[in-house]
Amino acid sequence: MWRDALVVGGKDLRVEMRSRVTTTQVAPYAILVLLLFGFAFDQNHSILTQAAPGLFWIAVLLCSMLAVQRSFALEAADGARDGLRLSGLDPAGIFLGKAAAVAVQLLILEVVLGMGIAVLFGTSFHDPALLVVSAAVATVGLASAGTLYGMVAAGLRVRETLLPLLVLPVVAPVLLAATQAWMAALGLTTADGWRWLTLLVSFTAIYVTFGVLSFAILVEEA
Amino acid sequence: MDQVIRFRSAVALVGRFPVLAGVDLDVARGEIVLLQGANGAGKTSVLRACAGLLRVAAGEACVLGQDLVADPRAVRRRIGLFGHSTALYDDLSAVDNVRFAVRASGAALSTVDAAMERLGLTGRLPATSVGDLSAGQRKRVALAVLVARDPELWLLDEPHAGLDEYHRDLLDHLVEDVVGRGATVVLASHEADRARRLAGRIVTVAGGVVSALTPSLSAAQPEATAHVA
Repeated sequence: MWRDALVVGGKDLRVEMRSRVTTTQVAPYAILVLLLFGFAFDQNHSILTQAAPGLFWIAVLLCSMLAVQRSFALEAADGARDGLRLSGLDPAGIFLGKAAAVAVQLLILEVVLGMGIAVLFGTSFHDPALLVVSAAVATVGLASAGTLYGMVAAGLRVRETLLPLLVLPVVAPVLLAATQAWMAALGLTTADGWRWLTLLVSFTAIYVTFGVLSFAILVEEA
Repeated sequence: MDQVIRFRSAVALVGRFPVLAGVDLDVARGEIVLLQGANGAGKTSVLRACAGLLRVAAGEACVLGQDLVADPRAVRRRIGLFGHSTALYDDLSAVDNVRFAVRASGAALSTVDAAMERLGLTGRLPATSVGDLSAGQRKRVALAVLVARDPELWLLDEPHAGLDEYHRDLLDHLVEDVVGRGATVVLASHEADRARRLAGRIVTVAGGVVSALTPSLSAAQPEATAHVA
């Protein structure tokens, strides 16, 4: 399973490196979203600073939709999904590989967005460890849930519009917990941010487990 | 001779539509079998069912000793399907596509260079993105995947389409080579003369309802026609 995950994840990242969709389209889109939030709340900079964690994670959520759609568009083109099925790869490995590739892309985007909110919204980092750990766990959770639902939607003609409808309500706990953890990490609240990690870890563990167990059925039925 | 494919009254559905409605088919190791029939007759469905990509809902379907009804995934690594779509990634180079397919199927990477060379994918072609290749070149990359993977059962769906005369001949030699080394080939082709020269046996698939009969044939013998069940 792990070997297959490496093979699939490596392939997806190689495709992204060659196509540069993440760097030339998704990253500019993410920065645009931040800029638009900035314009919308420009009258009151303190609101912008206070809302920065939520705006950051909304931007990450929107970008995760693009990354997941892109990940499954690759497999939809020219019978590539049949090629994957015929290769005999472990479906759990396919799930982990695709989720890992999405997670890597999101982490890169988060670095760019993190710099964006620091520059545009004037945020400062009070607890970098909480910031990094919560971002990492939330990213894996987003990538896992997105990959799982991406496969559910993959075989449908309306997949592009259906995917956000399926995923966005499901990942609401990630938005909530990651935002709260980041508010603490950015010194915007005195509450303990680490306790939100429990929710993030639970969500991520559930979706990774569910994906590993169910992907075989989803790959066959999509 | 041991059997590579054994279908008995095999039924497969797409939605509620029976694309296979009781297929009987036997293919022995080392055979080259041609599936022929009109468009929509079910040739592609037979090939996809053999590959375990189309679930057999009823009847018996055994490929390379594996029961496809019970577990359609068990046999896939030992099968190569070359069809209408190439299953390649446009953004990857030709050689990266072949490497990925070989890695994914667990075959040895050492076979990649020889396979590329065999299909004439040399010079700048290995490093070129598949999206920038012509349709014929893409098909050659897909064939290189098969050659590098070296499966026991080759399922070829209109393999000559899109290839120039030279590479059609090359494909025929390739098929004869792999059969000489013990592989089995089932192909569907509208290139009647070429495919009949290649095949040792012809099975006719007819209508939306598919049946298969497998009389022994050679190119010199009269063609046998399967009846519709």
